[in-house]
This record gives sequence, structure tokens and C-alpha cells, in this order.
Amino acid sequence: MNVSEAPRLPAPMGLLAELTHRCPLGCPYCSNPLALEQAADELDTETWARIFREAAALGVLQVHLSGGEPGARRDLVAITSTAHDAGLYTNLITSAVGITAQTLKALTDAGLDHVQISIQDSDPESADRIAGYDGGFARKRALAAEVVRLGLPLTINMVVHRANIDRIDSMVDMALAFGASRIEIAHAQYYGWALKNRAALMPTREQAEAAVAQVEALRKQHHGRIVIDAVIPDYYARFPKACVGGWGRRSLNVTPSGRVLPCHAAEIIPGLEFWNVREHSLADIWTNAPSFRAFRGSDWMQEPCRSCARKEIDFGGCRCQAFLLTGDAAAADPVCHLSPRHADVEALAAQQAQGDYTYRRQVKA
Amino acid sequence: MPDERKPRFPRGVRLVNSEAHGGWVLLAPERLFKADPIAVEILKRCSGEATMDAIVDDLATTYNAPRERIAADVGKLLGDLADKKLLEFG
Repeated sequence: MNVSEAPRLPAPMGLLAELTHRCPLGCPYCSNPLALEQAADELDTETWARIFREAAALGVLQVHLSGGEPGARRDLVAITSTAHDAGLYTNLITSAVGITAQTLKALTDAGLDHVQISIQDSDPESADRIAGYDGGFARKRALAAEVVRLGLPLTINMVVHRANIDRIDSMVDMALAFGASRIEIAHAQYYGWALKNRAALMPTREQAEAAVAQVEALRKQHHGRIVIDAVIPDYYARFPKACVGGWGRRSLNVTPSGRVLPCHAAEIIPGLEFWNVREHSLADIWTNAPSFRAFRGSDWMQEPCRSCARKEIDFGGCRCQAFLLTGDAAAADPVCHLSPRHADVEALAAQQAQGDYTYRRQVKA
Repeated sequence: MPDERKPRFPRGVRLVNSEAHGGWVLLAPERLFKADPIAVEILKRCSGEATMDAIVDDLATTYNAPRERIAADVGKLLGDLADKKLLEFG
């Protein structure tokens, strides 16, 4: 008789809490779904408190309080406080529009550990145009100063695309001037809103390659002064990204209405069954929800992934991208040069068009 | 040459023991690092009170190991962490 021990399910490290999909900005690459959830469906404070306690018990160490704009929640301070009380490292991911200096002080007193502010460009006029919000840049600069004044660590997040890709160096200078200890340079990832705006956002191959080289040079130049983390422009990559560190392996995402997703874009994959925290505990969802089990491990893989030496490194890439570009969520991410559909990605990357953005906007139900 | 610098974690960085993850983890802004057993012994001593010399002396005594080797290990680990903004010297 063969007795083999079932591989132990890893415990999650991080939880992305999408507290609301409401946001004053209209960034055309927003990672929220096209069908934004309504305020009336949002979880209440007590439910978030329960989620955080269950998350901590499950092994989650860090919670990312995000949105939409989390500042749109009137109970943001109470929510943050419950996350801190559960023993979690609390990170606020904000557009800065909607968080006053007073709120920030209250958040700090509630135990907030870190603040990430998104900035659309180092050029204020361009930044406000990308965000579709006049005066946004000035408010971001003001809140960044307040974060630093309160002694909280600050990360500046910059999503890179054709309209700002040539200003990465000035973005890093700006982050340094703001007093940030870290900058995240994330090339737009083409799902949802960014997919809708892909032709208007896509940089040329030359721009993308120059940007990657520039980030390397900036890292050397600013070594020890600011941490530069980068998300690669994956349409121009040879290997896919290890999306969310492997499906159902490191993190989970809770939507404003309580649906729990293996990644923020997972709802675009048809046929996946998502469970809600209103009906299941987080531990039950992590272990048993069909959506989490669907692409966990490597049993679901096809060739070329199944026999690939990198299958435990990049996990076949991104399931959402595989579905969006090939129609099969279990295919290799076509960003991978080993994918039989890789040529499609190169063709899509070459489709660039001048034109207006379709801004991210909520349609009232 | 005496080393009187006092290493400590900056705000937003902390060392926690996680049963679920089988050991000590250094939590930092949007990042986390699993600490190996040697690193843990060094990091636990970064209180902001102890000097580099005191930390090295303590480790050399506790583990009955050559002081120079300990000093080199401690200097390298903490220097690398400082470059990544995960540690500062008071």
C-alpha cells in the first residue's frame, strides 16, 4: 500500500481588501473590474473586522487597504483599527484624493504601518489628464508631505504607459523630493480598463526596452537612498510574470461586496465559482472554494507548461491573461515565448493608436 | 576600530514570529522576507539600544564562535538590509 502525505496547503501571506470601488479618479488602467460594485453592496465595518481576524488566524501577515479609493469609506479609521487589532501589518493604498490630513492622523493613531500613494505623472498637467481629475496632483503632493511629516514610510506608485514612460527618471526624482523610501514602477497590466484602453496606453517596444534599462540604471544611481521596485512590461517579455506568486498560493483579494478572489482580475475568467465571506469563513474559502482550487499547484497545466523547468518559478504566468488572449484560462500565458500563441502578443503590442482614454467611471445601478 | 552604531528597524519594518509560515518574518512596506535562523539571532538583537560591538560580543559568546567571523556576518547582513531601507543605524 502506498501512503503519501498530501502536500500541505501553504498559508497566505497577504490580503488585498478592496473596501470600495468608489473613486474620484478615472485612471484608464484601473485594476478594478469593468463592472464596478455599488456602495449599497459594500461590507460593513464588523464584517471587515471578522475577515481580518480570520485572515490573521489563517497566517496572513499584511493587509492592503485599497479600493477604489479607500478614503471614500467613512469608517476607514475604524476598519484600519480592526486590522491593526487583529495583528496585521496595515498598508493604505490611496489616490490621496479623499484622505484629509486629519484622517491621516487618525489612521496613524489607529496603527497604520505604511502608505502608498499613486501618482500618474511627474508633470502635474499630464498627471491630472491621465487621472481625469483636475487638481489631483497637488492634493497627492500635499498628502505625501503629511505622510512624511507624521513619520510614516511612504511608497510612490507609478503606473507606466505611453503618456509617461519617457519620464521615469523625473518620477524617481519626484519621489525622492517627496521623501518616499520606495517607488513602485509598474507597467500597465492589460485587463479590464487597461485592456479597453490598450491601444492608447501601449508603449512602443523601443520605449519599453529603454524604460527597463533606465530602471536598472536608476537603481544603481540611487542605491541605498530609495528602493525601486518594478513590474515588467510583460507584453514585451520572454517569460511570463509569476502572477500573484502562484494561484491560491500567497494571497487573496476580497471585493467590496465580500467575494473572495485568487487575484483582483479573476472574475473575468468564466465558469469560476467564487465564494463570499458572508456565507463562508476565509479559511474555508482558501482551502475549498472552487475558484482557489482551479489553478492551484500544477495539475491543471497543459503543454508547454506541464513539462517546463520553470513551472514552479512562474506558474504558467497569468491565468487571466491566458484567458483574455487565447480564450483558454488553462493555456500558457501567451506572453511566454514558448507559447504557441506568442506571436499574437507581439502583434497586439504593435497596435498603438492615438486617441482619448475611456476613463474608469461607475455607472449608477 | 569600535563600532558604536545602534541598529534598529525603521518605522514600518518589524520582525514577527509566524507559526503559519514556520518561523520569523521581516515585514516591510509591501514586502516581506523570511529570516533564516542565523539572521533571526542577529535581527532579534537590533533593539536600537545595543551597539554593533555589543551585538557581536553577545553572539560570539552565545555561539562560542570567532568574533571576526561574527562581525563580518553581522556587518554584511545589516549593511544589505540598510541598503534596502529595512534597517537604520542610530
